[in-house]
Amino acid sequence: MNQSLSLPSWMLWLLGLFLLGFVLLAVYSVKRTNGIRRSFFASPYSLWMVLFTIVPCVLIAYYALTDANGAFTLDNFRNFWDSNYSVNQLYTQMGPEYEVLIQRGTVNIGILVYSLWMALLCTIICLVLGYPAAYFMADRNIKIGSILVVLFIIPMWMNFLLRTIAWMTLLEDQGLINTLLKSLGFHSVQLMYNDRAVLLGMVYNFLPFMVFPIYTSLTKMDSKLLEAAQDLGANHLHTFWRVTAPLSLPGVISGITMVFMPSVTTFFIPRILGGGNTMMFGDLIENRFLTEGNWNLGSALSLIMMVLILISLSVLRKADPEGEGGGMI
Amino acid sequence: MRKLVKRGYLALILLFLYIPIIVLILQSFNAGKSRAKWEGFSLQWYSELFKDQAIMKALYVTLSIAVIAAIAATVLGTLAAIGIHAMRKRPQAVMMTMTNLPMTMPDIVTGISLMILFTFSKIERGYITMLLAHITFNTPYVILSVLPKLKQMNKHTYEAALDLGASPTYALVHVILPEISPGVITGLLLAFTLSLDDFVISYFTTSPMVQNLSTLIYSKARIGIEPTLNALSALMFLALLVLLLIVNRRASKPAKAR
Repeated sequence: MNQSLSLPSWMLWLLGLFLLGFVLLAVYSVKRTNGIRRSFFASPYSLWMVLFTIVPCVLIAYYALTDANGAFTLDNFRNFWDSNYSVNQLYTQMGPEYEVLIQRGTVNIGILVYSLWMALLCTIICLVLGYPAAYFMADRNIKIGSILVVLFIIPMWMNFLLRTIAWMTLLEDQGLINTLLKSLGFHSVQLMYNDRAVLLGMVYNFLPFMVFPIYTSLTKMDSKLLEAAQDLGANHLHTFWRVTAPLSLPGVISGITMVFMPSVTTFFIPRILGGGNTMMFGDLIENRFLTEGNWNLGSALSLIMMVLILISLSVLRKADPEGEGGGMI
Repeated sequence: MRKLVKRGYLALILLFLYIPIIVLILQSFNAGKSRAKWEGFSLQWYSELFKDQAIMKALYVTLSIAVIAAIAATVLGTLAAIGIHAMRKRPQAVMMTMTNLPMTMPDIVTGISLMILFTFSKIERGYITMLLAHITFNTPYVILSVLPKLKQMNKHTYEAALDLGASPTYALVHVILPEISPGVITGLLLAFTLSLDDFVISYFTTSPMVQNLSTLIYSKARIGIEPTLNALSALMFLALLVLLLIVNRRASKPAKAR
């Protein structure tokens, strides 16, 4: 990495000001109350978060807005939106005989759309599979709901990389499913290295994150409401649509968030199950940073990613204004 | 009939979740190295596991980081939660935004932003940087599991303790801490498991010289995973299962007394 790593001095000043402000605030709060206030217990944490979350975010923004020499530029974003921009630039520099070399770096939008599409599909499948599962688990007649929750958590204890690799054993050409098919007299099918395999891996990994919040919101629900609805003459389906579904909405929304966000940025699953035939946005970011060493473009991509996620989060927040969506467990 | 459909459906979903795990465990007992072909039962991978230096080192890194990061995050996070709880509205909102920010950030962005920070401040990536990163992503989870307990707590018990002459420190240790301890323990366990399973953030914040199990598996994924790794994860799985049973036993006893 031959990045020039010297920040302009204004950045260091800003950092210094930050710390100074923090210390002043601390001194002020101690002085005013003659002793340490309880709210002061949060100060080590705030210092930690400023150092390891806020400053890194500022650094990403800094790299996204500068070129390799540290000068301000919007080229990184232009590179992203105008798919031919970087091609044309290189083209004029190198001449037409380098055309083959310039093929890459022009597919950002395509990859972004593809990732969003895959994440959307994954979220829908998880919702369709997960809602009934959570609904049945929360059923009072089943009685073993809490054991079932544990059964859903246990698989997550095994390293998720190994679990994903284990799917390879099942799906590959000489794998278990194909062997089984062949012994039954069918032709073997190509199961690996395509979109469906990647989708399967994603659904497999993220399904529990859809089930838990829905389950939590369903168990929190007052069962008297259901009885009341039935007393008032609603049938099963009606009760479900008018009572259960709306009340479980916070859980659904938090489930959607928890599945959608990691699936947009996943970068291990497509690499293993997609075999490099598919590329998702996470792969792209990793590629720009580690393979190409282009921190500026990589940072711009990360920034775009974050903005997209913040937008979708605020849209989802609107649907769940109280923010009471179950949480993880 | 209805019950049967429900149970059948849940069984199918669970089967889907457990198939790869069953495959993994079976592979660890397979005599041959091939992934899909069964060549007889053997324990050779389990004995080879303890001779494999790379795996043992990665295991040590993973476990030590998970333990240290979980404890550090619990201390940092519990203190922070007590502080945030005592704050007035405005600063409280600021702190909550700061806590939620890393949780909404995708892992890959967190990892990359930390990588930039470490490279930028000329800290060589390795064990320490991975530890710092793990503490960073664990702490918000601890705060979010402790805060609800603080909110449930009766405000007046703390004030009563002060009125009865307890110093704030004494009241904190003897009144607040026992009340919130379930949340603290949940946070600790959550932090430990998150750290144990993390791949993306570790991948960006460590060097190839210091690997945890996830990054080791990743580096071998393309060439082919040795069954020794399967054996290791089967053992870890078993250990966690036993731990869960013990915790469950202990948790269900006081529940009965109630």
